[in-house]
Amino acid sequence: MRKRSIPLITENSQSYTFTRRAMVVGGFQLGLSALMAGRLAYLSLSDTEKYQLLSEENRFQLVLVPPRRGWIVDRFGKPIAVNRSDYRVDLIPDQIENPDQVIAQLAQILELPPEEVDRIRKDLQVAAGYQPVAVAENLTFDKYAAVTVRLPEMPGVAPLRGFSRFYPDGAAVGHLIGYVGTANREEYKAEGKNRLLITPGFKIGKEGLEKTMEPRLRGLPGAKRLEVTAGGRLVRELSARPDTSGGQLALTIDADLQEFAARRMGNESGSVVVMDCQTGDILCMASMPAYDPNNFSDGISNMEWEMLSTDERRPLYNKTLNALYPPGSTLKPMAAIALQEAGIDPKETVHCSGGYQLGNRFFRCLGRHGTVNMHRAIAKSCNTYFYSMGRKVGIDALATVARSLGLGVKFDLPVVSQSYGTYPDTAWKKRRFEKSPRLIERPDWTESDTLNAAIGQGFVILNPLQLAVMAARIASGKDVQPRLILEKHPPAKPLPYAPEHLDAVRKAMWEVVNGDGTAGRSKLPLEGIEMGGKTGTAQVRRITGGQRGQSGDWKYRDHGLFVCFAPTSNPRYAASVVIDHGMGGSRAAAPVAKDVLTFLFDRNKAMQELVKLEQSWGGTMAERMDRQTRAFYASKGKPVPESMNRAAASAPSSADAAGVAPSTPAPIPAAAAPPSAAPAPGNSAR
Amino acid sequence: MTANSLVPAPIAHLPWRLIFVVLAIGLFGALALYSAAGGSMKPWALNHIIRFLAFLGMAITMSYIRPQTYRDWIWPAYGLVFFLLIAVMLYGAIGGGARSWLEFGFIRLQPSELMKPIVILCLASFYARLPSAEIRKFSAIWPAALIIVIPDFIILLQPDLGTSLLLLLGGVMVMFLAGLPMRLFVGAAVALTAMAPIVYSFMLPHQKKRLLIFLYPEEDPLGAGYHITQSKIAIGSGGVFGKGFLHGTQSQLQYLPEQHTDFIFPAMVEEWGMFAGLFLILLFTLLLRWATKVALDTKDRFGRLAAGGLSMTIFFYFAINLLMVMGLAPVVGIPLPLFSYGGSAMLTVMICLGILMSIDRGNRRNRRDHT
Repeated sequence: MRKRSIPLITENSQSYTFTRRAMVVGGFQLGLSALMAGRLAYLSLSDTEKYQLLSEENRFQLVLVPPRRGWIVDRFGKPIAVNRSDYRVDLIPDQIENPDQVIAQLAQILELPPEEVDRIRKDLQVAAGYQPVAVAENLTFDKYAAVTVRLPEMPGVAPLRGFSRFYPDGAAVGHLIGYVGTANREEYKAEGKNRLLITPGFKIGKEGLEKTMEPRLRGLPGAKRLEVTAGGRLVRELSARPDTSGGQLALTIDADLQEFAARRMGNESGSVVVMDCQTGDILCMASMPAYDPNNFSDGISNMEWEMLSTDERRPLYNKTLNALYPPGSTLKPMAAIALQEAGIDPKETVHCSGGYQLGNRFFRCLGRHGTVNMHRAIAKSCNTYFYSMGRKVGIDALATVARSLGLGVKFDLPVVSQSYGTYPDTAWKKRRFEKSPRLIERPDWTESDTLNAAIGQGFVILNPLQLAVMAARIASGKDVQPRLILEKHPPAKPLPYAPEHLDAVRKAMWEVVNGDGTAGRSKLPLEGIEMGGKTGTAQVRRITGGQRGQSGDWKYRDHGLFVCFAPTSNPRYAASVVIDHGMGGSRAAAPVAKDVLTFLFDRNKAMQELVKLEQSWGGTMAERMDRQTRAFYASKGKPVPESMNRAAASAPSSADAAGVAPSTPAPIPAAAAPPSAAPAPGNSAR
Repeated sequence: MTANSLVPAPIAHLPWRLIFVVLAIGLFGALALYSAAGGSMKPWALNHIIRFLAFLGMAITMSYIRPQTYRDWIWPAYGLVFFLLIAVMLYGAIGGGARSWLEFGFIRLQPSELMKPIVILCLASFYARLPSAEIRKFSAIWPAALIIVIPDFIILLQPDLGTSLLLLLGGVMVMFLAGLPMRLFVGAAVALTAMAPIVYSFMLPHQKKRLLIFLYPEEDPLGAGYHITQSKIAIGSGGVFGKGFLHGTQSQLQYLPEQHTDFIFPAMVEEWGMFAGLFLILLFTLLLRWATKVALDTKDRFGRLAAGGLSMTIFFYFAINLLMVMGLAPVVGIPLPLFSYGGSAMLTVMICLGILMSIDRGNRRNRRDHT
């Protein structure tokens, strides 16, 4: 009975269980369906904009077109930095089917070194989509054509005609203009990961004006919006926005003068700064020896870098701004103004018997000048006069005038760095040696400090630009500011000094060159145009024994300095010339200044002189630099890079480019048309 | 009842409401496939329509066979398909990383798909025969477990994780409906969780990757997480009204992978918008509601267990596919039946529908006989 009843109940209850469980299952189905509907609605409604953006990002590839960099031209419009068309090859990651094979093929055609192949592989791994990866730039047309011909079998390879920076004057403008290069990681981050900076072929200014004027030169990138499939096939090109070239930058520089000055320095190490003393325009700011910025814009090899950085003449160093020299006697005209302003009568005389006794120390003069007044003291560069008079007026009177003439001053110039040196005074010394633990370096000013400062030695160290500014201000009597960018400026105000004081100094400077002075050999070879100047010889180290820095090791010889202006009748130009270890201002610096100023008035005459000189030095600057490089490679047992041979073959002889002709813009080698037979894919994508 | 109707009785007796729902899903699918091919009937849409209509005809034909006939022939069918599974192991073609096809020249047969309804009918038959008193005993479990696990294991070895998962779930559903004690299912769920690492070790590298990507999809949006990411982008960017027929960028530009099979739903939603997606979900819900109702209306134990299990089989296809494309389930490679391209899943679902219609016809016949 019981046994029977249980199955009966169980069958019923089983049916009941089924119904109940079927309802549960049905409910589960309904619940999941509702979940799916909810999820669908959520995806469709909540973040539509975000997903639409993502879908657009999928679909469109934004490809930046690097802008063409603005030209840099000189004051007459002659190009200093231009863009030259070149051939390059990139890879489009999305379109490559077999990266290893393509890279191997390219490496073979383009003769890429193994480290470049590694670099391309790495770049390709991190690159995505349509952002091209640079393979090689500055290719010869033959190599470019070799790649173009094989395109059908190498999907993803994009040969392009791009632009590279070209500096027609080469090393002559190296330090002034700087160079461009591919942005590094820090620069990329500093600009908030601006994608333009990692676009192949795009270069930013790395040094000099190229760096400081970057915003003006860069321009705006163009952009192409490409619609592409997931497989990387181009559907169409939408809305290409053309790039906007960077603005042209006109400098106050006279490119021909700059080149002349650079060449005139020959094998010496030094600098030439020429200014328009009425406006402050810097006409020439040459530092030699220099690097060729053209080598840098393609990326410089380790060998080249080693050669430049180990050269004792420091070709990587802009001496016009960053080298500091004891200016020596070139400061005597400045001191003479200070003396007059402090009430010293220029007719007052001092007897020079070869030096000046201060306490138990004897301060030497370079000669025995007898009785000298101010005029003669400047002309003969008599130290005794300035020891004596400088001591009378005191250091602070000298320092005030020194600063007003630009000494120890940092100028408002678009340069990467300026070492502005020191013209000392009592306050400066106090500050400087306040915490000095050394017994001989006390914070209080001494009379011997004054004596040293009065002849431009001791604590005084200045850069060549400051010397040029000083010369310009004395020559014009105006408070001119040095300028590099050609712009309109209000005229400079006169200096707060009595015109007759300035005139007395200018007359003495005329005497230095044209009369009985220290630079009598450097008279301008021109009718009716005369130059005023002042020589200077600066000790590199303290005089030891009989050695006066006039012989021995090159690096211990005295520096030769010269400041000048011309014409003396109506000053227009002022200049400073510094020849490192040139042993004397009159011997090394003044002749250079003479030729540079001659160039400003009579280019042909100056050029004839230069050609003669260059013959005696063994060729033009380019030829000598080339020889030097080859010698360096040979000394290291390395073959000369192929690019150098190519450059040597194609470089115009520098005599042609020297600008003997008046300053009309020369034909520009930029944007040369490609050979007409060349397939020119240009910027368009395939 | 239909004697004075103009329509002949056999046709009038067809479950027309269901057939309309199925036709709507299938033809909507054809539209989506037309778009997936870039606006072309080839290679998918035309094949899909032909296959769909043929299988629907087959399903309707199957509905005329009495449920008892299925019950009688189910064990030989189980044996035959099991034999085919073994044959696949030995001679099958490899597709999608798994050896699961048999090429017969004119047709590509996937025995694992056929196994799904067969296992359900076998279990239904087994529990119908089992005396009620035995249901709480071990003898109610082990034969059923063997029926499921043996073919399932072979399918897992192919390896076809998706199909083996569906087969297992369908079987377990029948056991659940048959009234096995609740604690068994709870216990099994706990055990499964514990076994997860072992299952994981059986997976192929691409399956492991899919699972990891499901858990952390944003880790690798361009690599293995690509499927899910692109699918979500397609659905999300379609918005409420979609981008328009043939204007889906994700699908037309092939950012969406496998958009004619597993990922057809996002491709369709991108072009048609949210409402079309909801409409498709509604169609499937209607289909499942009909199937559940058939199960509940059936008096016979074999019929109701079979109907319940078959409805779950259809549901799992639909649910896992949609959850997968919407990023709620790992990518396991299960198509959207009737809607997406692919014969095997459609065949399975049509077989399920045919048997369901047969049970439904039986129910109505019984009602007529009783009244």
